[in-house]
Amino acid sequence: MSETIKTDVLIIGAGPVGLFAVFELGLLDIKAHLVDILDKVGGQCAELYPEKPIYDIPGIPLITGHGLTDALMQQIKPFHPTFHLNEMVTALEKTGEPGFRLRTDAGKTFEAKCVVIAAGGGSFQPKRPPIQGIEPYEDKSVFYAVRKMDAFRGKQLLIVGGGDSALDWTLNLQPIAKRLTLVHRRDEFRGAPDSVNKMRALVAAGGMDLKIGQVTTLEGSDGQLAACSIKGNDGNVARIEVDAMLPFFGLTMKLGPVADWGIKMDDELIPVDTAAFETNIPGLFAVGDINTYPGKLKLILSGFHEAALMAQKAHRYVYPEKKLVFQYTTSSTSLQKKLGVA
Amino acid sequence: MPKITYIEHDGTRHTVDAELGSTVMETALRNDVASIVAECGGGCTCATCLVHVDDAWSAIVGPPSSEEEEMLDSAFEVKPTSRLSCQIKVTDALDGLIVYTPAYQGR
Repeated sequence: MSETIKTDVLIIGAGPVGLFAVFELGLLDIKAHLVDILDKVGGQCAELYPEKPIYDIPGIPLITGHGLTDALMQQIKPFHPTFHLNEMVTALEKTGEPGFRLRTDAGKTFEAKCVVIAAGGGSFQPKRPPIQGIEPYEDKSVFYAVRKMDAFRGKQLLIVGGGDSALDWTLNLQPIAKRLTLVHRRDEFRGAPDSVNKMRALVAAGGMDLKIGQVTTLEGSDGQLAACSIKGNDGNVARIEVDAMLPFFGLTMKLGPVADWGIKMDDELIPVDTAAFETNIPGLFAVGDINTYPGKLKLILSGFHEAALMAQKAHRYVYPEKKLVFQYTTSSTSLQKKLGVA
Repeated sequence: MPKITYIEHDGTRHTVDAELGSTVMETALRNDVASIVAECGGGCTCATCLVHVDDAWSAIVGPPSSEEEEMLDSAFEVKPTSRLSCQIKVTDALDGLIVYTPAYQGR
């Protein structure tokens, strides 16, 4: 189960800056693997604003988050990066000068000469509803994701939310649940119209319940839910028996395990030097929104610049014996060969 | 300049000058109203700048757009007067606006 993957550089975060780091490293013959907690590349560009316009990418008057992600993926294709999506780096230890061993929550182990933290605002994690005393139930009878559907067979389920996650799991779990109740704050759903229609048909046929309001209290013991109270928008409170609850309120960014790796932090940001964007640990770099230095701006374009300078320093660690000669992609045949255009 | 008052969950009041054309979210960040997170920076995509508009001001501020209404599904303890502050533009008509900020923005 535990495979060890050796790489020159491990990049934590596959947002725009992490992706562009692959390009800058690749031009210097440095191979990279990327780990991202999302199930897709692009980071905030993909998760928060795929269809929103970005106006400040140099030379590109207008591009969407999705468009920029696609363009970067095309740009780094010659360097064949390996992606490990849906995974979070949970542990990092120093093994050399420099050298690092990292582990993910999927059980993978990486050995890398250098590590680049390009984690933006942190890891995207599910929003936790502010229901008093919810913590003891989490991962026991309150779940923010479905790993095995069968775990919910024959259970009384409460699903909360109005988007595609809430609707998809409602439709998938309704046939195997003993009873399923969907709770949403309003009687309109932003999920796919087809899913909404299917859900409404199930409600009309008596196959499930729909309640408009919010969950206010939880009852149970030892992490096992027994019942929930739902306050309707009319002010009435209904109490229903529940074995498991699945809240779907979207994602939020949390710093996550980075804070435990012995890196000097400054209020959830990583201070770096502005020559190589290196942290207090040699060979461990931080680029993009997660770093801080005098004058820092959280702009994609700044992250691109940081990635370029980081790569120069990383080259010294990965190829200590080689002298780096600065070259331009416009004129260097060697660089153009790497890009597959010469 | 219009004045906006933010009243945080613990009762802390911030009465600040707001620039015309900026948003109620941006004004909060400029003035260190800590309970406005604004994770996405004003894109109406994260629902971490929720405010409850004072009842007397709710009609003047107006209702959310359908895009914003959808995003409010990802916020908590949403009330009929709730708005995402990044979607409220500061105008002269909002001079004296009072908004309440929640204890929890989802993070």
